Amino acid sequence: MAACSVEQLLAKAEAEEAEKLNSITVKKELDLEFDIGNLLAFDKNRVEVAVFRQQKKDEFLLALARDNTQLLINEIWKQPTERVEEAIVAKLPDPVTPLPREKPPPKAKPPTKWEQFAKLKGIQKKKKTNLVWDETAKEWRRRWGYKRVNDGTKEWLIEVPETADPNEDQFAKRVKAKKERVAKNEFNRLKNIARAQKGKAPGLGLTPKAQQSKDELARAVSVAKSSTASVGRFQDRLPKEKPPKNTGKKRKFEPLIGNFSNEKQKQLELLQVMDSKKPKMDITKAVNKQMREEDREEAAAKYKKGAGKRGRKGNMPGKGKGKGGKGKGGKGRAGGGGGKGRAGGGGGGGKKRSKPGKK
Amino acid sequence: MRPLTDEETKTMFEKLSKYIGENIKLLVDRPDGTYCFRLHNDRVYYMSEKILKLATNISRDKLVSVGTCFGKFTKTQKFRLHITALDFLAPYAKFKVWVKPGAEQSFLYGNHVLKSGLGRITENTNQYQGVVVYSMADVPLGFGVAAKSTQECRRVDPMAIVVFHQADVGEFIRSEDTLT
Repeated sequence: MAACSVEQLLAKAEAEEAEKLNSITVKKELDLEFDIGNLLAFDKNRVEVAVFRQQKKDEFLLALARDNTQLLINEIWKQPTERVEEAIVAKLPDPVTPLPREKPPPKAKPPTKWEQFAKLKGIQKKKKTNLVWDETAKEWRRRWGYKRVNDGTKEWLIEVPETADPNEDQFAKRVKAKKERVAKNEFNRLKNIARAQKGKAPGLGLTPKAQQSKDELARAVSVAKSSTASVGRFQDRLPKEKPPKNTGKKRKFEPLIGNFSNEKQKQLELLQVMDSKKPKMDITKAVNKQMREEDREEAAAKYKKGAGKRGRKGNMPGKGKGKGGKGKGGKGRAGGGGGKGRAGGGGGGGKKRSKPGKK
Repeated sequence: MRPLTDEETKTMFEKLSKYIGENIKLLVDRPDGTYCFRLHNDRVYYMSEKILKLATNISRDKLVSVGTCFGKFTKTQKFRLHITALDFLAPYAKFKVWVKPGAEQSFLYGNHVLKSGLGRITENTNQYQGVVVYSMADVPLGFGVAAKSTQECRRVDPMAIVVFHQADVGEFIRSEDTLT
């Protein structure tokens, strides 16, 4: 009995063992191809369409996936393992399968201005040696850089050319010329980059020039001011500097249906300001009035003279004949006053004159 | 369509004040509703807010005109008053000129007003003052600029120009196409 049970137990254990192994080992007609670096397993086994159609599809697919995954993991376990912080890690070899590009390949850069010119003229690049024999120092010196052959900055004597101003500083002139050449080169480099990216080169006035106009400088200032992380919001302003009114290209207007009462208020204020600006005393009016007064007096005087000779005929029409107009006052007045005075005296009250009346 | 900027409003008010003086207040602040000025294609239109709100439903290229056109801004931002503003200038005009029946037609054809055609003129009109021209029956005919002050008008010879023509109601027929 005991032997029987032991045998049974052993048999059971063996059967279980076999089952486990069975689950680990997978039998396939064709072996899978592995690319462990990419964790890739490639199963080339055929699936009979007729057989596939008969079975339950889900189960079949699940079983197939399980088998293939088992084989892949078996393969991974074959790699050298190491222990990293309580986990066993397998070291993967390099991937074998070439993967396609993620992003499109970079486009060829457009040639720079010099490259275009060189191609046009057929100029080839000539390789130059780095070291040049220096006769004066009798040794090999660099063509450029530290301790170079023709170092212009080391010269202690510069002859003043015939045509130059004797008081001009030739050394400073040389330094300035170098700076300008460097700046020009930098600018051209940026332009090449801009052309390559079809972007915009720095705007007018932002690159230093010899003579900059007022608005170029203003634009440079505004650009510099807004080139901070907060786009210039927290930059202090100089005491007398005015806020920029509208440096952008797009004008901003009030909304079409804004606050009507606000609009009305602003317009009324504007009208008030306009009214206050107008002179309270109308100069022309004052001058006219003055002239009218004088005319009246003159006319009255002449009338009295005339009346003395001819006798009173009645009052002169009492309307003031002011000789208006700023410029004509003097001459017109004397002639007109005399004439009208006489006529007035002569014509008296009876004659009705047609003239522009008063409202 | 957009509201006028401050400079544009200032230019326009200055022009209007030449004709109606401080009565512009009555145009801006009306008791019978909110009226506003809006700019569309360089022309200034005066309309009530109700009309404005309706006009917002029309696209810019299809919108021809809204309310009354007061005038337009030229390329150099100068404001030119059109005859269509006469309805609002006439009742508020400060300086008026009445024209004799004989000279009415001449004025309506676009000629200046001569001394011989002058019926009445407001007292104290300065030279180059904006004036509104009426017929003897108090019908507004147009507006212009006084060429001579009232004082001078009395003395000049009959063939002298007393009012420069700027706009007249005959333009409604003559320049039908350009008025909006």
